[in-house]
Amino acid sequence: MDVDEVGERPQRIRRRTFLDYSFTAALAALAGAVLYPVVNFLIPPKTKEVTSQSVVAAKSAAIAANSGKIFALAGKPAIVLRTPDGELRAFTAVCTHLACTVQYRSDFQHIWCACHDGHYDLHGQVLAGPPPRPLIEYKVTVKGDDVIVTKA
Amino acid sequence: MIRPRAALLVLLVAVAAGALTLTAGPIPLPVGGRVRAAPASARDSCTNCHDGLGGRLAVPAENIPYDAHTRSELRCAGCHGGDPTRVGMDAHDPAAGFRGKPRYEQIPQFCGRCHGDPAFMRRFNPSLPTDQLARYLTSQHGQRLAKGDLRVAVCISCHGVHPVRPVNEGTSPVFSTNVPATCARCHSDTARMKPYGIPTTQFAEYRESVHGQGLLRRGNRQAPACNDCHGNHGAAPPGVASVANVCAQCHSATRDLFVRSPHKRAFDTLGMAECTVCHGTHNIAFPTDVMLGQEKGSACLQCHPAGTAGLNAAVGMRGSLEEVKGAITQAEGVLKRASSAGMDVTDARLDLDEATSQLIRARAVTHTANPPEVQKVTAVGITAAGRARAAGEAALAELVFRRRGLGVSVAVIAFVAVLLWLKLRELKRTSG
Amino acid sequence: MGVRDWLNERLRYEAAETFLEKKEVPVHRYAVSYYTGGITLFFFLIQVFTGLLLLMYYRPTSDAAFESVRLIISKVRFGWLIRSVHVWSGNGMVAAVILHLLATFFGRAYRKPRELTWISGVALLAITLAFAFTGYLLPWNTLAYFATQVGTEIAGDVPLVGKALLVLLRGGEDITEATLSRFFGIHVAILPALITLLLGLHLLLVQIHGMSRPISVRVTGSERFFPEFMLRDFIVWVALLGGLAVIATLVPWPLGEKADPLAPAPAGLRPEWYFLFMFQALRMLPARILGLEGEMVGVTLFAIAGVVLLLVPFLDRWAARERSHPLVSILGVVALAFAVVMTALAFLTGL
Repeated sequence: MDVDEVGERPQRIRRRTFLDYSFTAALAALAGAVLYPVVNFLIPPKTKEVTSQSVVAAKSAAIAANSGKIFALAGKPAIVLRTPDGELRAFTAVCTHLACTVQYRSDFQHIWCACHDGHYDLHGQVLAGPPPRPLIEYKVTVKGDDVIVTKA
Repeated sequence: MIRPRAALLVLLVAVAAGALTLTAGPIPLPVGGRVRAAPASARDSCTNCHDGLGGRLAVPAENIPYDAHTRSELRCAGCHGGDPTRVGMDAHDPAAGFRGKPRYEQIPQFCGRCHGDPAFMRRFNPSLPTDQLARYLTSQHGQRLAKGDLRVAVCISCHGVHPVRPVNEGTSPVFSTNVPATCARCHSDTARMKPYGIPTTQFAEYRESVHGQGLLRRGNRQAPACNDCHGNHGAAPPGVASVANVCAQCHSATRDLFVRSPHKRAFDTLGMAECTVCHGTHNIAFPTDVMLGQEKGSACLQCHPAGTAGLNAAVGMRGSLEEVKGAITQAEGVLKRASSAGMDVTDARLDLDEATSQLIRARAVTHTANPPEVQKVTAVGITAAGRARAAGEAALAELVFRRRGLGVSVAVIAFVAVLLWLKLRELKRTSG
Repeated sequence: MGVRDWLNERLRYEAAETFLEKKEVPVHRYAVSYYTGGITLFFFLIQVFTGLLLLMYYRPTSDAAFESVRLIISKVRFGWLIRSVHVWSGNGMVAAVILHLLATFFGRAYRKPRELTWISGVALLAITLAFAFTGYLLPWNTLAYFATQVGTEIAGDVPLVGKALLVLLRGGEDITEATLSRFFGIHVAILPALITLLLGLHLLLVQIHGMSRPISVRVTGSERFFPEFMLRDFIVWVALLGGLAVIATLVPWPLGEKADPLAPAPAGLRPEWYFLFMFQALRMLPARILGLEGEMVGVTLFAIAGVVLLLVPFLDRWAARERSHPLVSILGVVALAFAVVMTALAFLTGL
């Protein structure tokens, strides 16, 4: 049993100092291992979602007149298009017939479904073909350069 | 002084005259007869009198408010003539144009007098067609009626009478969802159809078909009823050569694909109806992949025996479909695992939707009977499913990465714990 | 004049320091039970830390709640870790508080002069369970929605005040967005305020009275609280931290599906494990007991049991006289066995 006296054995002092250093180092490592995820957590993720029901569909400049673009909204395909007159509109891209993804046809100047030749006009109403119901329209807001599409 | 016998005679004559007038056949229809429109607000003498008569004779008066013609201010006199401003039997004055009740075989002309006159109809409903009578005369019903068959349908058989409800009202027998049941009233009646040799299974078959389910169960008014394929007033079966044209009115894309296939020429030469051979006429079921290939239930086996080039092509196309279906199922499994582990797979799900769209398209393309063309479409689907699966697998790989990070953290934590323990031992040693 | 002197002149912590230096922890056969309080505190601190982090992203509305949790676990870096740790540590805290309850009960630590420590402790138990119950609903997934429905229904079975209690908890007759708002406010504001007060009091009392030792146990020595026992405590805490990291990573807590109030309740519905014994016991009661509604009787009995638990220091007269009566231990064992058996039955029988 060692006595705590001034003349401690040299090995002990070295061992103690080494222990203290290691201890400090370990604590620092632990602090790092804890702080690394925490700091990363606090950095906001790059997400295209403004809220869960809306998303930045595209840059306004990227959609020319008489063209459309498919994007994802709340996990389902949606379509944003610019009419030949330049107006931006957005709809669900899930065909109401058998849920194929529709597309914009610039030659028809309206929305078309490749699966069974379903045609929808620029208000989502069915023009021809088997689809039983119109395409639900979404709200389009333009904020600066971004085209934001919101459900409902 | 009135002699009893004379009075009795006069009474008898009066009753006879009245009875004759009431039950007499119609006076030949005047051509271009003028119609007296009575004001809708005033209850005219027709309704006043007939209401009081009760029974069968009161029915027309009771139902006047529901009749489509009332909306156009055409009441009893509008069809039957007479003078609604005069009371009693004076209203039945032939001089005032009274036509009475038309005979059964004269009903089409009775209605067509107005409904076939475009100038007249323009005054009330300009958008209504005026060719019903002309079409009717070409129909099976019209042709048989002309030959004297009084058991066929005439206008009122389908449209009802007293009241004739507006066609776009749900209570009309010819409202779109009611049409099949209205036709079935006669066409499902075995006793009635026996003399004509017409089968009576159509309505039962139609009800279970994809069109019947759509119209009757889901209220989808775009689904065809009897009149959409057979014609409204000109009702007749389309005939073997032209039934496909009828289907193609809605199923245009599929028809275009079929026309490119070797089946088109073969069917034309053999005189086989295009769509109905595989899909049926009234009993069109929702198509399944089983219809294509060599299993039991395949439509191809009707003509193509095993081992023939035709059947091999069918098997080939079915193989492509199964391939893309398999790719989709696989991808779905991976995505489900990743999703329940908490990974975000919404973008990958879009790729999977794309793959499913291609599968549906491929099913339509099988009508070309061209395996390479089907394969082109399924290949796109398989690629999309592959992308989805890759995204799912990447998400799962992220989980592995986490475990490595965990290993590092645990090592650090263990290190700290060991040192704490050593420190403790050290303290105990020095304190004694 | 160093930093320490400068601080001491202004904070005057020297007295506390002296006190701490003198504090001793008895060493005996059951000394391991002394860690239970610290473990609970550890888990609580983790909860505060991870909870504050989650607050940066969580949104408490019925539209956004589920999506925000999904955002956390899929898009936010290490969000999966923080959330998983939060849920596991929550379960850990409940387990630890139960262990601590058992340790202090069987060790008769509630006896004079520590009655207030016990009472504040029982209140802390209730608060911990309330934390768990309110927090469970926040992700707004199917399981949580229906489990909350069952739980609040049971609260509604309390005699007299049950209906009012149910409406108060739910923020209405049914579970709606109002319920979520309410539970969120309770979970992140009301309960933290309460627990700060009570925990402060509890810890203060523990410092004042020191560690209790079980009656008639042979004390073989004592250890300085600072630094030896504290180091031991830290070793346990660090080990638990490691365990938490491992389990949170290897067994991530599932997200489930977004709650759909219009959908029928799923099969196999039941509350979390710490409420199962109550749930199972209530399920097993007959529909009517002595003319009264079965569930009401059950809930009342549980309420009475809770009050008894609170008043244990005053009911156990023997302990006040430093005597360990076997009846108290037997009652404790019976209660524990009841809870364990009921929980096991709930797992085995399912729904």
